[in-house]
Amino acid sequence: MERPDQDWRFNIANRDALIGCGLAVFNFIWWYGFAYGLGSKPPEEYTYIFGFPAWFFWSCIVGVFIIIFLVMIVTKFFLKEVPFDEDEEGNPS
Amino acid sequence: MNWAVLGPLVGLLVIIFFIGIWSSRRMNDSSSFLSDYYLGNRQLGGLVLAMTMTATYGSSSSFLGGPGAAYDIGLGWVLLAMTQVVTGYFVLLVLGKKFAIVTRKMKSVTLIDFLKDRYQSTTVVLLSAISVVIFLFSAMAAQWIGGAHLIESLTDLSYTGALFIFAVAVLIYVVIGGFRAVAVTDAMQGIIMFVGTLILLVAVVIAGGGVQNIFNDLVSENPNLVTPFGNDGNLSAAYVSSFWILVGVGVIGLPQVAVRAMSYSNSRSMHRALVIGTIVVGLIMLNMHLIGVFARPVLPGIEVADQVIPLIALETLPPWVAGIVLAAPMAAIMSTVDSLLLLVSSAVVKDIYINYIKPDATYKHVKKVSIGFTAIIGIIVFVMSVNPPELLIYLNLFAFGGLEAAFIWPVVFGLYWKYANKHGAIASMVVGIGSYVGIHFYNTANGALFGVHTVTLPVLFSLITFVGVSLLFKREPFYFSMYQAK
Repeated sequence: MERPDQDWRFNIANRDALIGCGLAVFNFIWWYGFAYGLGSKPPEEYTYIFGFPAWFFWSCIVGVFIIIFLVMIVTKFFLKEVPFDEDEEGNPS
Repeated sequence: MNWAVLGPLVGLLVIIFFIGIWSSRRMNDSSSFLSDYYLGNRQLGGLVLAMTMTATYGSSSSFLGGPGAAYDIGLGWVLLAMTQVVTGYFVLLVLGKKFAIVTRKMKSVTLIDFLKDRYQSTTVVLLSAISVVIFLFSAMAAQWIGGAHLIESLTDLSYTGALFIFAVAVLIYVVIGGFRAVAVTDAMQGIIMFVGTLILLVAVVIAGGGVQNIFNDLVSENPNLVTPFGNDGNLSAAYVSSFWILVGVGVIGLPQVAVRAMSYSNSRSMHRALVIGTIVVGLIMLNMHLIGVFARPVLPGIEVADQVIPLIALETLPPWVAGIVLAAPMAAIMSTVDSLLLLVSSAVVKDIYINYIKPDATYKHVKKVSIGFTAIIGIIVFVMSVNPPELLIYLNLFAFGGLEAAFIWPVVFGLYWKYANKHGAIASMVVGIGSYVGIHFYNTANGALFGVHTVTLPVLFSLITFVGVSLLFKREPFYFSMYQAK
């Protein structure tokens, strides 16, 4: 017998959830790495980019845009649309 | 009284009032009142979904308290605030499609509804409903108090008068309009927040003579202001990172956020909301908190943190623009309060009254009870906020962290682990809330345990408890596709 939870939509949903966790891990590493990697030296040695301290520029400003860009890529190329209502094509047969 | 500043605020109130009426008209031709009133009949589109998630979540703390803290602490606090960017995509990706599919199948209207069908346990329902009512009621009262103080500071009204205006405005559109009115006004308020913070940021940078100039001023005042470690160097990496749980990924455990993950019409709306939500939450948080830091050289010596945003807006902008910008924190408070009000009402009406007291209620009766209870709860909050009791302020301290520790694992494992059972869920909720309260007291007395925020350990404890206790009992797999058999 097939597994009772064979609804094909759940596989797509599970993949979404894993993508979400992956993005969050990447987000955290980028955020933490630049903030504390570049920001831990004494403030006199800081370099500045467009007026912002380099650690902040990379971690927070570039970080936001990188994540927005990645979410766009993921949404456009990796997420699949599924029907939500039972009575339409969603019913596994 | 400054009418140029007040004009846009009054305009905001008038518009949301009409949204309430429009939404209540829409409701007349629906078949299920509960699903319509508490979930907008699952018809939200991408933009409204993204905005209502952001707006519900971004409360007075992100619009007044947060920038105020950034003013005192410096860039380290902006770094901390950026842990919230993850909420823009994480909630929808993780709860996302599975939650939408499963809750449609089970016809769940609230988060607690979902837990009830998934765990088949009255104890789970009562425990959840009681924690939602207690914690969110106090969180709501705290927001009302914030809203009233904001009106008070901008007008010549007394605190009670300001509270009254705020309460009437919110009550009218929530009570008559339900979830659809809340979501649509949230969308409008979200746009106001987005545009308002952008305008204010530009104005502050100009007033400070450019970014470079501002940072020179900050460094010459106190170099620590431009480090990740805070003005006194005490903001540790571990502490800041633990906010990833409190205001980042842990947010999926908040009922007012989770309920939105079942409210959209189709997966295309969800995909659009992912992109819009990430952009909006990312830029609002970045801009808002940067304003707080940049305000320091422009307007030094502000003592009360919540006053930073109103004062800097009045200082750097022409009055009528300041009015539009100051509608943003007002919008943020309202859009949080309206969601909490509706959620507390749904816990009382749907999860307790309809489930256990009157399951055979007619459409008319359900309508009467839903609208009636929403109004009554609102009025009780108003009365309590006039002269807030100690206990209320106290409970608010536990509200968000406590709810996250209680709900995160029952929701996540309920969706993704077939062996999750009611014993695990009950034990994990009790341990989550209990240890949160315990550690809160410990931390208040002795400083943060292991240098991390209070929420960290309870979330870990409730995880271990959930898995351990679930496995202790008979392993009976739960399949969503078999659900209708019961």
